[in-house]
Amino acid sequence: MNHDPFEWGRPSDAAYGKYNSKIAEASPYPSMHTQQPIVTGTSVISMKYNGGVIIAADNLGSYGSLLRFNDVERLFPVGRNTVVGISGDISDMQHLEYLLEEMQTENNYDNQYADEEEALRPSYVFEYLANVMYSRRSKMNPLWNALIVAGLEDDKPFLKYVNLLGVTYSAPSLATGFGAHLALPLLRKVVDADKDVENTSFETAKKSITDAMKVLFYRDARSSRNYSLAIIDKEKGLVVDKKARVDDMVWGFAKDIRGYGTQKV
Amino acid sequence: MFRNNYDGDSVTFSPTGRLFQVEYALEAIKQGSVTVGVRSKKHAVLVALKRNADELSSYQKKIIKCDEHLGLSLAGLAPDGRVLSNFLRQQCNYSSLVYNRKLSLDKAGYLLSDKAQKNTQSYGGRPYGVGLLLAGYDNSGPHLLEFQPSGSTLELYGSAIGARSQGAKTYLERTLNEYLEIEAADDLIAVAVDALRQCLKDESLTTKNLSIAVVGEDKPFTVLDDEAVAPYL
Amino acid sequence: MSTTIASEYSNEVQNVPIEHQFNPYSDNGGTILGIAGEDFAVLAGDTRHTTDYSINSRYEPKVFDCGDSILFSANGFAADGTALVKRFQNSLKWYHFDHNDKKLSLKSAARNIQHLLYGKRFFPYYVHTIIAGLDEEGKGAVYSFDPVGSYEREQCRAGGAAAALIMPFLDNQVNFKNQYEPESNGTKRRPLKYLSVEEVVQLVKDAFSSATERHIHVGDGVEILIVTKEGVRTEYFELKRD
Repeated sequence: MNHDPFEWGRPSDAAYGKYNSKIAEASPYPSMHTQQPIVTGTSVISMKYNGGVIIAADNLGSYGSLLRFNDVERLFPVGRNTVVGISGDISDMQHLEYLLEEMQTENNYDNQYADEEEALRPSYVFEYLANVMYSRRSKMNPLWNALIVAGLEDDKPFLKYVNLLGVTYSAPSLATGFGAHLALPLLRKVVDADKDVENTSFETAKKSITDAMKVLFYRDARSSRNYSLAIIDKEKGLVVDKKARVDDMVWGFAKDIRGYGTQKV
Repeated sequence: MFRNNYDGDSVTFSPTGRLFQVEYALEAIKQGSVTVGVRSKKHAVLVALKRNADELSSYQKKIIKCDEHLGLSLAGLAPDGRVLSNFLRQQCNYSSLVYNRKLSLDKAGYLLSDKAQKNTQSYGGRPYGVGLLLAGYDNSGPHLLEFQPSGSTLELYGSAIGARSQGAKTYLERTLNEYLEIEAADDLIAVAVDALRQCLKDESLTTKNLSIAVVGEDKPFTVLDDEAVAPYL
Repeated sequence: MSTTIASEYSNEVQNVPIEHQFNPYSDNGGTILGIAGEDFAVLAGDTRHTTDYSINSRYEPKVFDCGDSILFSANGFAADGTALVKRFQNSLKWYHFDHNDKKLSLKSAARNIQHLLYGKRFFPYYVHTIIAGLDEEGKGAVYSFDPVGSYEREQCRAGGAAAALIMPFLDNQVNFKNQYEPESNGTKRRPLKYLSVEEVVQLVKDAFSSATERHIHVGDGVEILIVTKEGVRTEYFELKRD
């Protein structure tokens, strides 16, 4: 017996000659699916407050290190009390956008209570997306994204995360990608545990998110100044600001940095 | 001897626009033992009269739970009812696994309708020979639906199907305004049992032949049989 | 780009292109612990959820009461853990439908879980599974599984990130390993005895706070589910959040 595991289960070359992979148009490589993201969106950040949730994502689509598209919308309202924020591969994001569109159409069909009692809820949207993500990873053909589903359910804030592996979790503040390292510590200063949500006003939450977006624009090379910010509030309902912009930046220190600027010496 | 030329299959209309196979299926329901459903603004209740083939045999199951919030009772061919209740169980299961969502009664009704209607328009099959009463509690409250083999599903405040069900229907029509406002589940069950009594001929209700189910807010679909129905007799 | 590979048995090395492959697994940290008593059992798990050095959530429960007094936890790759719990809960639901609401014994639950796990033998659920409950005689029972379904009934078992830290402690404190009668000069083993619920809960707290000190993927809080003939109850204790 040939003890080489590489040879197991194959017709022996000695008897049949080297296997010609062109037969049956077989590829010499295993079949491959998505192995890497192409055009990408960076972090999504979000947090709960005592009357709802805030979620934000910038409008940049990067092609590697090239700032390729600068007007990409990555926050998707679903129904009247849910927003899905998507980071990662943009084409996969657009596929998810299609699935969400389909989900809404489906819910409006033959449903006399579609606007009220049987409207889509954030937990429905999340469960569906989590199943899509996990089943795609199980087919070894993942959608290369990390998503945050934010919304209001029974007048309580809802916030949950799922990524390309189908890993899910929930916390009072969530962020994807770089945001998990740069923004989340700032957001956790405000809402770390569930009980902190009660003591956090809309104003505090809004300031935390805008400050975090500023930090991300400062420090994340693949981020943009323009971003979108959505609020799902008990009183105000769903409000999306698509024209948010990082303001009040301090660049004064830049002129003193030697070696990178335009200084003569 | 007279022979009807238009009842050999379920896809051919008679010249008067009738589908005899479907109408015969409705007859099968009338042969089945009676079941009654009522709903108030708080609960939905099903009651049914169980039959046994003879003294040595057990009683035919009449009420089937499909999910924590939804169940049905049947009149007609029990095997067909089993197929449909299995189908509903799967649909409820799919909804809760994929969407974390209770299947709404509306949706359940349409799913059943679509499935039954296919049989009336494809050759080689036959319509389901069973009528169903669906009771459930979803996001929009309690509901009672009546399903027929033709593929029609209607929402009702009270309904009865099966042998001599007209008695119960008349009773429910007369008392609609009273039971609609009933708060307590037990009181609504009492109404349903009273309605069921209107359908009895020479038999009487016992712990052996009465089956009850109730569902409402914070009250999962519960089936009561045997000794558990004694308080309602 | 290419690299050379060789198996233990090859005569020649092979030159193959480097393949970058999507890795369908990740490690989400956390640790779980099940202990059986005389007429009770506990299953505890910390509530921290991590990937690499990031804390994703400080409260993401992973021990579940599945009904029929069966406690369930699958620790490791969280997505597989959640999927397995859901599959088991679903299996239980259909068992009730098909068997007229008969209670599923812990023994049968264990065998069923073996099939769920082995069914994915060639793309395994990357989890260490522990279930706890009462056996058919009312005695506390714990079953533990490897990722592909091999299982065993035990008195106690720790799983997950800090299993290696907690298990020896349990051997010593639950099964009295390496404990000897005083003055027997190490010749007479300390006889086994059942611990009370209070003792076990204290043991669980100690195990988790110690694991929190030494393991970065353990912390934030521990949720202890306790099953007795009266039913299931839950206790929660804070752990260090650093």
